[in-house]
Amino acid sequence: MPAELVRGQNHPLSETRVEIRVSAGTPVVAGATLNDEEGRLRDPGWTAHPGSPRLPGVEVPRQAAADHRLAVDLAALPEGAHRVNVLLALPTGAGGPASFGALAAPFVAVTGPDGAEVATYTVTGLDAESAVVAVELYLRQGAWKVRAVGQGYAGGLAALLEDQGLPRARELAAAIEEAVARGTARSEAAPPVPPPGGAGPIDYRHPRRRTIEPPPPASDSSADPSPAAPPSSADEPPRPVAGDAPGWSTEERLYNQVWGMFEDLARTTAAYRGAVDFADSRREQELDEVLSDPRSRMSAAADAARERARVRHAELVDRARAALDRDLARLAAESEVVEPALPPAFARWDSPVWHAYRVPTETPMALRLGDLGLPEHGDLRIPMLVRLPLERGLWIDIGRGHSPASLAADPHELRRLGGELATAVVGRMLAVHPVGDIAVHVLDPTGTALSPAPPVDFGLLCEPPATGPGGVASVLDRLTRHVDLARMATRGRTVDSLPPEADTAGRLLVVHDFPHGFDDRAVTRLRYLADEGPSVGVHLVMVADREEARAHGPVLDPLWRSLLRITPVPDDHLADPWVGHAWTYEPPLVPEGGRILTRVLEKVAEARGRYGR
Amino acid sequence: MTVNLSKGQAVSLRKTDGGTLTAVRMGLGWQAAPRRGLFGRRTREIDLDASAVLFADKQPVDVVFFRHLVSDDGSVRHTGDNLVGGAGQGGDDESILVDLQRVPVHIDQIVFTVNSFTGQTFAEVQNAFCRLVDETNGEELARYTLTGGGEYTAQIMAKVHRQGGGWQMTALGTPTNGRTFQDLLPAMLPLL
Repeated sequence: MPAELVRGQNHPLSETRVEIRVSAGTPVVAGATLNDEEGRLRDPGWTAHPGSPRLPGVEVPRQAAADHRLAVDLAALPEGAHRVNVLLALPTGAGGPASFGALAAPFVAVTGPDGAEVATYTVTGLDAESAVVAVELYLRQGAWKVRAVGQGYAGGLAALLEDQGLPRARELAAAIEEAVARGTARSEAAPPVPPPGGAGPIDYRHPRRRTIEPPPPASDSSADPSPAAPPSSADEPPRPVAGDAPGWSTEERLYNQVWGMFEDLARTTAAYRGAVDFADSRREQELDEVLSDPRSRMSAAADAARERARVRHAELVDRARAALDRDLARLAAESEVVEPALPPAFARWDSPVWHAYRVPTETPMALRLGDLGLPEHGDLRIPMLVRLPLERGLWIDIGRGHSPASLAADPHELRRLGGELATAVVGRMLAVHPVGDIAVHVLDPTGTALSPAPPVDFGLLCEPPATGPGGVASVLDRLTRHVDLARMATRGRTVDSLPPEADTAGRLLVVHDFPHGFDDRAVTRLRYLADEGPSVGVHLVMVADREEARAHGPVLDPLWRSLLRITPVPDDHLADPWVGHAWTYEPPLVPEGGRILTRVLEKVAEARGRYGR
Repeated sequence: MTVNLSKGQAVSLRKTDGGTLTAVRMGLGWQAAPRRGLFGRRTREIDLDASAVLFADKQPVDVVFFRHLVSDDGSVRHTGDNLVGGAGQGGDDESILVDLQRVPVHIDQIVFTVNSFTGQTFAEVQNAFCRLVDETNGEELARYTLTGGGEYTAQIMAKVHRQGGGWQMTALGTPTNGRTFQDLLPAMLPLL
């Protein structure tokens, strides 16, 4: 246990070779001066500073840094030196803080040659000072001791050196400043600037969550090239960084960041809508008051009151809009760096990562099912990421909903777009799973579904699409049996003893043309798969119009409710979990006629060929 | 350093360097009821609750309490309900964090309250206190000792309200009675 010194306290040193570690959180200049028995600076050369970092027995860093290590060999000091003063000063003119009062208290530790801390001192109580004698090592009756000094100087380095009795202190202080400035320029020019967009070190701070997040760990390199950053620039949002969220892997950090952005967007919109609603109701109230008095209703005073209500309304709405715009700008900036950093499973189809697609070796934690936005947001969209394995099946609704886009589209177009969306979803599922981890079955009772064409082309389905009632029943029977066995095996923890045909790969069942070709028994099977399948990796994608299944009556209601509804045209039916806005869902249709999907699936087919599955 | 405010005293939430406060935290701490005997589970637990009510023009528009932990806009967050209290060593058992910069523009006052959900009066609760802390540097802005506060089950502790471009805190310390914040609303309105 090191001794934690308070100001004025001392502690014996058992070693003559010690290291003094300084961490200040912002670049500072470290130096040392030597005093003789009477506490005088006997020789003007008895100072070690960035311009002249070496003295016998003392070496100090050449430049300003947030963390320093000063090596001191007390046995090697010049003859007559009885005291080593360790001083810290803020570099001037670097745009950094002007006084220690604006910073966290600098921390000084004296360590032995083995790195073990002997004594520590936090230099507290500084205010307008820009230079400070932090600690002194002094010889008392033949033994060296360390004392916590903490003597600050508002006049800076010059005042400090003057106080040490140094002639021409001012010139020396200026020379030190110059050496520091040279050192800073040198170290700043050396490293190339990291390209924006995630290639640099990850900054865990979030623009607005940072009041709660702990500060980033201080780098411990004495050659820290970071320029003096003003510490309390709360008005200046930090540059957004991809992966700026907690998580064990980049993927998890990006997933959490996207959800963090989603929540921020939902909440900032709630703040805006709340303020506008309040402004509206207050204006109503004020206008009601004017109208409530029939005598003054038409008077000039009433006109003035109406005008006042209108101005108050406009003023509040303007301020709410300004706050929303500020947050939207930050989130848009974050989205700009996050989108290009997303891995294929999270990325849009037009993202360049798909061009560099390789068959993955691990299942991703989530899948992008589309984009979400609210009318206030302009072009800003949040990726809709759902966890894998899917907790519930998907229902691609090709019916006419209430959204303007679906009312405008003609039924055939909706059906075609629904097929395209199914292709995009199934293709993405195939692409993001490792080879052989997911098998796709397709039910196409009437044999008319155009999609999913590419998986059919590349033989990526585990069997040709099932047609006719017989085909439907056969696939449903086999999948039901698979779910039964898998559930039993999971419950009995005997997954290894499953028969060979019941492999543990996930299944994706795509149902077109529901309910054509479905009898009551098939409908019951389907409901069973929708309920019990997800827990054993059997997932359902239904391309269906609820109206067409009306004949089955209310027995199907639980089925529709248990599925996650997505639409081939934008539709505002998805609620966020925090405030329940109705978000507009935009389907992830593949651009340019699906060329990129075709290329990706070619690679999947090729990898399957290699693995012989 | 603790600033023990007297009732009605107003503190401008400006830091010494002139910047306005950006985040405050209301902390509430109390000592759990002692467990005794074989049937320790029958000990009557003490459940105090911290709440924050957001007002716009003297109308309550949102509230953060144990059943609604985050205000809709996300600026006020309750860190979670504590049903039994702590060791009574002065640590906060419930906290409400307020990010003042993100409070929606129409919200002009936030009132902090404490109430005893299980009904014990402050005379019966050991080591109970509530405090308001500048979250940026941990400095305590106001502290109330609730223990010994008499036969009351609730206190309207303090309010922060907009003043010019920044925020000001006024210590209220009004004792009252109630099980949840709803019971306290009538007592709050005259204090706005």
